[in-house]
Amino acid sequence: MSSSNAVNYRMDLLVCGGTGCQATDSFDLVEKLKSQIQVAGLQDEVRVVLTGCFGFCEQGPIVKVMPDNIFYVRVMPDKAELLVKEHVEKGRIVHELLYEEPDSKEKLDEQSDIPFYKKQNRIALRNCGFIDPENINEYIAAEGYMALGKALTSMTKPDVIEEIKKSGLRGRGGGGFPTGLKWEYTRKSQAKEKYIICNADEGDPGAFMDRSILEGDPHSVLEAMAIAGYAIDAQKGYIYIRAEYPLAIHRLKVAVQQAYELGLLGKNILGTSFSFDVYLKYGAGAFVCGEETALINSIEGGRGEPTVKPPFPAEIGLWKKPTCINNVETLANICPIILDGGEWFASIGTKKSPGTKVFALAGKVNNVGLVEVPMGTKLRDIIFELGGGIKDNKKFKAVQTGGPSGGCIPEEFLDTPIDYDSLGEIGSMMGSGGMIVMDEDNCMVNIAKFYLEFTVDESCGRCTACRVGNKRLLEMLTHITEGEAEMETLERLKDLSQIIKDSSLCGLGQTAPNPILSTMKYFWHEYIAHVQDKNCPAGVCKALLKYHIIPDKCKGCTLCAKACPKGIITGKVKEAHIIDKEACIKCGECERVCKFGAVTRK
Amino acid sequence: MVLCKLLGMGIFMSEYKVDTEKLHRLGDYIDGLERSEGELINILREAQEIFGYLPQDVQLFIARKLGIPAAKVFGVATFYSFFTMEPRGKNVISVCMGTACFVKGSDLVLDELRSRLKIVNGNTSEDGMYTVDTVRCIGACGLAPVVLVNDKVHGRVQVDDVDALIKGISDGIASKPELVSK
Ligand SMILES: Cc1cc2nc3c(=O)[nH]c(=O)nc-3n(C[C@H](O)[C@H](O)[C@H](O)COP(=O)(O)O)c2cc1C
Ligand code: FES
Repeated sequence: MSSSNAVNYRMDLLVCGGTGCQATDSFDLVEKLKSQIQVAGLQDEVRVVLTGCFGFCEQGPIVKVMPDNIFYVRVMPDKAELLVKEHVEKGRIVHELLYEEPDSKEKLDEQSDIPFYKKQNRIALRNCGFIDPENINEYIAAEGYMALGKALTSMTKPDVIEEIKKSGLRGRGGGGFPTGLKWEYTRKSQAKEKYIICNADEGDPGAFMDRSILEGDPHSVLEAMAIAGYAIDAQKGYIYIRAEYPLAIHRLKVAVQQAYELGLLGKNILGTSFSFDVYLKYGAGAFVCGEETALINSIEGGRGEPTVKPPFPAEIGLWKKPTCINNVETLANICPIILDGGEWFASIGTKKSPGTKVFALAGKVNNVGLVEVPMGTKLRDIIFELGGGIKDNKKFKAVQTGGPSGGCIPEEFLDTPIDYDSLGEIGSMMGSGGMIVMDEDNCMVNIAKFYLEFTVDESCGRCTACRVGNKRLLEMLTHITEGEAEMETLERLKDLSQIIKDSSLCGLGQTAPNPILSTMKYFWHEYIAHVQDKNCPAGVCKALLKYHIIPDKCKGCTLCAKACPKGIITGKVKEAHIIDKEACIKCGECERVCKFGAVTRK
Repeated sequence: MVLCKLLGMGIFMSEYKVDTEKLHRLGDYIDGLERSEGELINILREAQEIFGYLPQDVQLFIARKLGIPAAKVFGVATFYSFFTMEPRGKNVISVCMGTACFVKGSDLVLDELRSRLKIVNGNTSEDGMYTVDTVRCIGACGLAPVVLVNDKVHGRVQVDDVDALIKGISDGIASKPELVSK
């Protein structure tokens, strides 16, 4: 099922080639597998395919053997020989490389049995991990470019838009605007030239959905751009991608070239009168460039500063021409909708937010990775079933969604079925799909400060509310984490947050205070502890730490005294030691070296 | 500003206080573009690729070549964090400060790296051997905390791994498998 060439081979070894697995040496693994297959003389029968991300980054590098449908995890390069000798040559499953269910200790051999994949419904990620993203024939074998063919030969332009409208698809870039409507508006804007832009700036730090789609299935985005181009009468498409994604850029370049070679891009596509060209543009590290008007300014070569809307890009966009901007994941949903119909798509998810959403699950959760679930799935299911719960059996504290524009959601809302609207109601937002899990060791004031540092850094400086206001917010937060704030600071923090929200020019400023407001709402007690008790309950804020040796636990091994750079830990051998709190510089060296957990800092 | 002063200079390559051969390469790149409209960011990328950073003279060269104000080039170069106007060290270590890495303690790793490599002011050690800076999410969040050493990704780096990481670089081994595969 995985490839057109598979007929010639009796077996495919699909190896994850995403950025994550690449870092855990999957390229080296591929080389080793290939040479082992060569040694066994099976190179004409068995093929090694470097695919896109499987999503299960925690367990990488991943190797899936087809058609046997066996899923191996954490396959380090030194296991290549074992895998080839046992599985490939003798057909015996290598049990030590199977995924082990943490609770039952049962070894699972099929991908679909693994809890991480069980509740997933992969539409946008349908091809990731199944095809070789650098081989257009594999994409075509997986129904690739059929949607474009169908649209060009048997659907009118309004038909295409009608189908997208019927699906109820909403923009996955954060705004959640109905995609069909956006296409319709751009279609209605009269102009000789129009543009499609694919927003692959993926600015939310900690999110990697778009990267994985582009690395694993670049053609799905190109095909969707061409369909959009047909529907709205655009002849040119731009992909704006961040420079930090070299692998995705490479795969896109290969894909574009292959599509041109087969006449699936360029002049008179599939023999019709429709022509469409695609260009790549690189971002240069500015979060605000993800905002559509800023992105347009950046493509035009200038500073990526946003401009006031209206006029919307659908009327006046790139080079002053009507422009339709869609996110990568939005586009990845288009082809299935054209092929299977808008009604099918609308039957998945919730009424107001149909379809699925890809989340980048990260932070203090056991199964870090990419998950695609129907809208309306509960946070608890994502974090505790798919995600396998919190790392090291720590206690869950909060989950952050929506990136720097979003909020922190506490335990009491874990059973909320999530969609665009429900997340907004509990003070966060869907955003692009970043989902960062935090445990008892994370200080929520410090997290709010982290996000504010981010927005202060990334504010383009155009409007005063955002440029100056957020700086003041950050100063207040810094005072709080350093124990220099009064209760009145908290009042001012709240008031100013509201003012910035109301008066900023673009989405960046309007949402920047959200991390503060949501943490103040749900973790007020942590703010109070910092301000009134001058204490950081999570033991994170350095200025407030009080290092202390618990006499009962101290064995008097003297390790801490030796490690202390200031030499201020005293005590006799085999007797409890003492830290001179006045002279302590809070470097944490003593805590790190203590083998008995006798040093605390809270 | 310095740039304005420099404007009085001639347009001969030799007038720029940078490597002439490199400047020629950049000039050829710009000449090879179909149109220069909208290409400023790509040109600056190329320039940084060639020179390692964006010296003021290079910015001035680009401005003259494109016939646009130097202030525009400077404005774009300072807007994007990808561009740097300071020369970088021989080895560049970038610590990811994306959210996923931050909640797993990448800030502690950053502090440790800076203190071990004795980087006090700016981002580069005095001997020019090391630059330690930050990046915002390279999309390998599954391996948080992530550190890039000369563009090679190292995953799950803890404070205690910093020594081995530095030793790996100074021994000329860019990758430490035991660090990566933990
Ligand atoms: C500060 C800011 C940052 C944004 N960053 C991104 C981004 O990285 N990726 C993205 O697709 N959309 C981003 N957006 C949303 C875009 O402005 C735009 O709504 C989106 O690309 C439209 O595509 P969609 O309708 O398919 O979601 C951002 C918006 C704001 C205000
Ligand atoms: S947050 Fe560090 S790689 Fe994504």
